[in-house]
Amino acid sequence: MDPVISIQSLEKTYDNGFEALKKVELEVISGEILALLGPNGAGKTTLISTVCGIVNPTGGKVTVGGYDIIHDYRKTRQMIGLVPQELHTESFETVWATVNFSRGLFGLKPNPEYIEGILKDLSLWDKKDTKIMQLSGGMKRRLLIAKALSHEPTVLFLDEPTAGVDVELRQDMWRVVEKLRQNGVTIILTTHYIEEAEEIADRIAIINNGRIELVERKDELMRKLGRKQLTLELREPLQSIPDNLADFNLELQAEGSRLVYDYDATQSHTGIAGLMQALSEQGIAFKDLATRQSSLEDIFIDLIKESS
Amino acid sequence: MNRHSVSAIYRFEMARTRRTILQSIVSPVISTSLYFVVFGAAIGSRITSVEGVSYGAFIVPGLMILSLMTQSISNASFGIYFPKFTGTIYELLSAPVSFFEIMLGYVGAAATKAIIVGSIILITAAFFVDLTIMHPFSMLVFFILTAVTFSLFGFIIGIWADNFEKLQLIPLLIVTPLVFLGGSFYSISMLPDLWQKITLLNPVLYLISGFRWSFYGVSDVNVWVSFAMIIGFLVICSYVVWWIFKTGYQIRE
Repeated sequence: MDPVISIQSLEKTYDNGFEALKKVELEVISGEILALLGPNGAGKTTLISTVCGIVNPTGGKVTVGGYDIIHDYRKTRQMIGLVPQELHTESFETVWATVNFSRGLFGLKPNPEYIEGILKDLSLWDKKDTKIMQLSGGMKRRLLIAKALSHEPTVLFLDEPTAGVDVELRQDMWRVVEKLRQNGVTIILTTHYIEEAEEIADRIAIINNGRIELVERKDELMRKLGRKQLTLELREPLQSIPDNLADFNLELQAEGSRLVYDYDATQSHTGIAGLMQALSEQGIAFKDLATRQSSLEDIFIDLIKESS
Repeated sequence: MNRHSVSAIYRFEMARTRRTILQSIVSPVISTSLYFVVFGAAIGSRITSVEGVSYGAFIVPGLMILSLMTQSISNASFGIYFPKFTGTIYELLSAPVSFFEIMLGYVGAAATKAIIVGSIILITAAFFVDLTIMHPFSMLVFFILTAVTFSLFGFIIGIWADNFEKLQLIPLLIVTPLVFLGGSFYSISMLPDLWQKITLLNPVLYLISGFRWSFYGVSDVNVWVSFAMIIGFLVICSYVVWWIFKTGYQIRE
């Protein structure tokens, strides 16, 4: 599958000497939702800003739809919509005027029906004649999305779109994202809410210290690194793990009162049934049990720890 | 050339003018009328005429240059500074427009607005004094070139400024004194010899002189020198803007 965005050895060093991006390599596949995860200062926003043309790269090459972002900037920027992290808006303009301005700025003829559709999707239609300064933070966030969609982009960057946004709006937003994806729009989003990436992304890229540490399909990543754990609270503490349980990958915790079993939930034979049988044969009784799957958050924290 | 983009920026800026009509149109007209009352009627009644032109009429070109310059500079500098201040410049930078097109939108709107204000002042002046325009074509050229040149200059200030203080600094400390000392309200022949020579170092003098010549045929310096000066400013400002575009100075990191 052809990448819609191809980033090769991208470097950015700011005037103060800070190396925000160090030879970043990344390919974004057409039509996917890619989540870019990373701690603060990892280079997420610099990476996005460079592709969108707000920051000049120090080295490397980026193409969007096969066009170079420097030489063919008109073609690449035409394809891209950007929703910035900060709520940068005018104050005295109306919603309707500012969204139409955005469309014009991107060189397109006015299309009131299209703009109406966007505003309705984002529940902004009844606010169309409201001045921006009178909108709430969540409404401003919707407005920035409407502005970014006003020129019918095929690639959409969402830089922390749900930061400081309530649950209802977040769900609204994902509905819009889902609809865009169905229309074939490629979406790259950065987020701090790892559960969100887990929920909607097709692929996950992890960036830390200006380097892409990992790019993987989400389900692949979860399978590779996602282990499951069964924890049994025992009635009577054990001194050691009995011999006939040695084949199981067991660990004794909390002074022998807790037995922890690590297993791979994606296998058809998890070994749980065998373990239960062996336990009852040994007469080991338990009062409670819990299973836990390592979330993307655990995986993320592990990776960041490893690399730093 | 991205026609829609330039016109979007231009219309956006003009809409700002309409929203702030009191501040952008009415206030310069009121302040100019005050100049007429104070200088034209009160003081002018004692001066009667300068170089054969009634004092009230004599100050009209100077007043027009004063408001053309201040309007062009403040409109253009504010226009480009404000998106930097609010952060909305991200949208300009990520749009498929060249710097030249961005400049065209902002400078075009600023110059248009300055020309509107200048024209209103001319019309207002006609109510107070007898106006003659001996060289209408030359008057129009000076009129438009001044608006465009100082809108470019304002655009440069707006890009250079990284706070509101800097935005006001050059208009307040340099431009306004130069206009007042450049013969808006007097002919330099009224000054002592030494001050006449010093005033010749003031570039604004040449603008006012040339503009006044277009009205009444009287000037402090040769009109072609005035013309060369305004073209010179235009070239310098265009060069600086070109340099800004090339280096991304204060715009693109």
